[in-house]
Amino acid sequence: MSDKNPHYVAPIEESDQTEIDQVKLSERKSTLWLDAWRDLRRRPLFYVALVIVIFIVAMSVFPSWFTDIDPYATDSADLSKSNGPAEPGHPLGFTRQGQDIWARIVYGASTSLSVGLITVAITAILGVPMGAIAGFFGGWVDSLLSRIGDIFFSLPYFLAAVVVMTVLSDYRNVWVISVAIGGFAWATLARIVRAEVLQVKQQEYVQASTSLGRSRMGTLINHVLPNSITPAIAYLTLALGAAIVAEATLSFLGIGLPNSIMSWGNEISQASITVRTDPLPLIYPSLALIITVLAFTILGELLRDALDPKARARR
Amino acid sequence: MLRYILRRLLQAIPVFFGTTFLLYFMVFSMPGDPILALFGDRTPNEAVYNSLVEQYNLDEPFIVQYLLYMRDLFTGNLGVTFSGRSVNEVFADAFPVTLMLVTMAVIFEFVLAAVLGLISGLRAGKLSDQFNLVVALVLNSIPAFVAMFFAQYFIALGLGWAPVTVGANATWSTMWLPALTIALTLYVVGMRLMRGSVIESRGADYVRTAYAKGLTSRRVTPVHVARNSLIPVITNTAASFGALIAGTTVTEGIFNIPGIGKVLYDAIIGGQGPTIVSFVTILTVMYIIVNILVDLLYAVLDPRIRYV
Amino acid sequence: MKINKKILGGVAALSAASLVLVGCSSDDGGADPEASGTDTPAESNADAIIRTNGSEPQNPLIPGNTNETGGGKIIDAIFAGLVSYDAEGAASNEVAADIVVEDPQNLTVTLQDGWTFTDGTPVTANSFVDAWNYTANLDNAYYNSYFFEDIEGFSWDEPVEAMSGLEVVDDLTFTIALNKPAADFAQRLGYSAFYPLPEAFFEDPETFGQNPIGNGQYMLAGEDAWQNDVQIELVTNPDYAGTRTPQNGGLTITFYATQDAAYADLLGGNVDVIDGIPDSALAVYEEELGDRAVNQPAAIFQSFTIPERLEHFGMDEEGQLRRQAMSLAINREEITDVIFQGTRTPASDFTSPVVDGWTDSLEGADVLSYDAELAADLWAQADEINPWTGTFQLAYNADGGHQAWVDATVNSIRSTLGIEAEGYPYATFAELREDVTTDVIESAFRTGWQADYPGLYNFLGPLYATNAGSNDGDYSNPEFDALLEEGISTEDGPTRNDLLQQAQEILLQDLPAIPLWYSNVNGGYSEAVSNVVFGWNSVPIYYEITKN
Repeated sequence: MSDKNPHYVAPIEESDQTEIDQVKLSERKSTLWLDAWRDLRRRPLFYVALVIVIFIVAMSVFPSWFTDIDPYATDSADLSKSNGPAEPGHPLGFTRQGQDIWARIVYGASTSLSVGLITVAITAILGVPMGAIAGFFGGWVDSLLSRIGDIFFSLPYFLAAVVVMTVLSDYRNVWVISVAIGGFAWATLARIVRAEVLQVKQQEYVQASTSLGRSRMGTLINHVLPNSITPAIAYLTLALGAAIVAEATLSFLGIGLPNSIMSWGNEISQASITVRTDPLPLIYPSLALIITVLAFTILGELLRDALDPKARARR
Repeated sequence: MLRYILRRLLQAIPVFFGTTFLLYFMVFSMPGDPILALFGDRTPNEAVYNSLVEQYNLDEPFIVQYLLYMRDLFTGNLGVTFSGRSVNEVFADAFPVTLMLVTMAVIFEFVLAAVLGLISGLRAGKLSDQFNLVVALVLNSIPAFVAMFFAQYFIALGLGWAPVTVGANATWSTMWLPALTIALTLYVVGMRLMRGSVIESRGADYVRTAYAKGLTSRRVTPVHVARNSLIPVITNTAASFGALIAGTTVTEGIFNIPGIGKVLYDAIIGGQGPTIVSFVTILTVMYIIVNILVDLLYAVLDPRIRYV
Repeated sequence: MKINKKILGGVAALSAASLVLVGCSSDDGGADPEASGTDTPAESNADAIIRTNGSEPQNPLIPGNTNETGGGKIIDAIFAGLVSYDAEGAASNEVAADIVVEDPQNLTVTLQDGWTFTDGTPVTANSFVDAWNYTANLDNAYYNSYFFEDIEGFSWDEPVEAMSGLEVVDDLTFTIALNKPAADFAQRLGYSAFYPLPEAFFEDPETFGQNPIGNGQYMLAGEDAWQNDVQIELVTNPDYAGTRTPQNGGLTITFYATQDAAYADLLGGNVDVIDGIPDSALAVYEEELGDRAVNQPAAIFQSFTIPERLEHFGMDEEGQLRRQAMSLAINREEITDVIFQGTRTPASDFTSPVVDGWTDSLEGADVLSYDAELAADLWAQADEINPWTGTFQLAYNADGGHQAWVDATVNSIRSTLGIEAEGYPYATFAELREDVTTDVIESAFRTGWQADYPGLYNFLGPLYATNAGSNDGDYSNPEFDALLEEGISTEDGPTRNDLLQQAQEILLQDLPAIPLWYSNVNGGYSEAVSNVVFGWNSVPIYYEITKN
């Protein structure tokens, strides 16, 4: 079916308003994204979130644009400035080890952002299909996939991470740590998606789709999944922040990234100990984390609203 | 219904074996020599070392260790810790305490998530929605250690509203503060899930129908919107229940709660295979039961979901 | 040595803190003075129970099989040995009436009459000899068996029922023959491995371990006194025959999982005396506790070891230069001041200020003070012999709260020498020890030592003598061995210390381990108690504490 062969809803003979009844399928499809874009363009919050995300991405790609200090230099730590206040050239003051906080936040952005995004991607790639297929097909498929999920869920996360990270101790990098985090986090997402799919597949339009002869897989992908994705998006935008924090926990336990790789998580966990006397080294990297997660959450939220015809209809 | 439950219980058997096997394999492949660690910085003499290795079956190959363990397990003997206590006894002491703490924490979490999520969903895009999100994200970004620490210093020591530590008398009334603190650092995911579903169900046909029938929002909101939006929140709460049972080490440490978190952490750090596997095995069984209950709950909340 | 989890490992820190793993539990109702009072109404004044912190014993409560501080604290309270140590570590007779050192290899011990165990049986020469033989017997695989390796007849190859070097002369007399001279042997006899055991122990060691019967100042308050993972209740022993008579009615030792919890309880008035301060409170505890804060040197030595097999660090000219440069590049003053808030004292030798014979004026001790210029200079000289490549790594166990000082130390090395240096975390203490013991480790690693008994030799012999048990760096220097041997065979204290100091001067040249600092004992007490003094072994002298 192409535009050259228009498809008619009603027989031509029966109507003289053929122009009106004519439906161009390809055009209709493209307007979903177009509509979304039109919708997003009108919302100021979208621009605010977008600017923040662009700023953070720029920071992680070109950290030297944002600070003159090289936190990797051998003389970057001056213990006599431990937890010291801000001074010219050091806008946020110093860490417990006497390092410039701003420079470490700037240089840590790339690690934290990568860990967050890769983990979210792994979680989504494993969790969404597993949950959707289990919920939609039910029966033995559901049993099998759900029980696999149960096994992964029952393993204490710490134990699993210790084993994965030590077996791969020579390759402690952003990818490995993201696999270690995402590889065990998907089970929760799978269960959330499955629960939502269980609910959605009872809807009339889903039953209509299958009774109209669409394949089961097609129905799942075209009708069930788009309508069950809301909780997944909510979960994943928050998982971004959770992954960044989890990286910190692993590093703190000695099974994360080497100390020489900077990350917000590392900064947060190291500053926690002195929080009673010097909270600032903890607050600044936490703020960076919160702002990032907030920006991604808002983007995810707006995107979902814009893509969801039901939500759009109400505005 | 009964058949469904029965089938689920039967399916639990392979999960049980899968989990214990995987666990034992993980513990086995864990680096580090637990016997050496028992001696601190002093290197033990070979003879003493060998005899301890033998005592804990650590010289056997993996599969033999696993089978020896399973044999003991089915005779109800979960083994002994390095300190000579029976794992059964350690578990019996620690488990009820953790169960109490975690139950309280997930109840708080569920209530916070459901109520704040409902408010956010009903007022989506408004100031209160955005305020809710920011507060939840801030709480969510605080490391557990810092959160517990502040609760202990400001609420327990400063205001005197709760005991500083829990210790020997672990009861509902002594543990509300750590439980609430756990819930506060966790509820954001549930809240966002609730908010999303509420927004969705507000536009759903059955809600429109309800309004069309002339029902007031006072009636529609709890019965039609809230009830149908709870499913993802419940799933998430059940997930936190599983994760918390084995993951309250930091909380238990700061509030001195004699629960599972500490014992399990110690066992993992010390490479104490039987203790780890026994604990996690019991937790797995519990987790399976909780999941069955949750699946049944789905059907209660959404009558369209049926199990046969 | 006793494994002190504070310095060695086992720190639970799942999120972001150093939660020193110690045990569990306590709160306002945790210490129930009345419950313990009812068991021995005659002796116990309910108000005089001292509440203190501790940790769940890792092993059954048997002296010969307890090698960590949690159980050690309880064992020391409920048993009395031949000698006891005072706060400064000086030994004086307790159960012994007399210990005659015939020569450095032969001792005769006479016991005081009238000592009994709490089950009523008398403490005799056999109580000691049988206990020692049992602990030393390889069949029993007790942690403290190595304490007896100097006794004639001891064997690491086959189980020995009775060591030939121990001979019972009569009920109150026995002799000890050593297989090599050890002039400080009498001084060692106050360590818990040498405590006596009653006959009841040999009938059923397992039951005994859960409900021990001792001869010390305190005893268990009853059948249920030990609540696992929660607390143990001790009351004074009415039959205690020694001179260290308790000034209080008993001890309730609450097991804490973290020092944070114990400290919070002290502030909340739920515990009377604690012997640890969490990292999170180091900067404020002296302010918060005022003169009830305790910060004094202890018999704990911290260092890091660079194995000689590492490239660039062999015992040749290059290695020597590099080791010295490393040591000179570390600003110990600043690190102890900033990171530890003055709760560590920069090291000036390989032992500890609390032991007799310690000095800060050893020849060559200036290698332990910070000198950036000299360090860079020596490093450059070494580079001329063989240019430096790679990254200097310092391995540590991440479960012990070591990250902050390791980072500060490598930062000090980095900025002074201008080389890449980083901390290398091992997830668990077990993992680190395995790599260290099997010589797999390819980096420097942290090492620490807490003395078993207060003597210079205990800091040197087990760690640096050729093939010694804890010689992690596989250091070997015949000159050092000879001085050590000569020192330990010398009966005269000052001469012995002099020889051991000379031995240390060799260590200062070779630097098999780089000394860092001495750990202080940090603690505090509440307004409810007085007469709190901490001993050389970092434990409060409990029997002297009184409740106001």
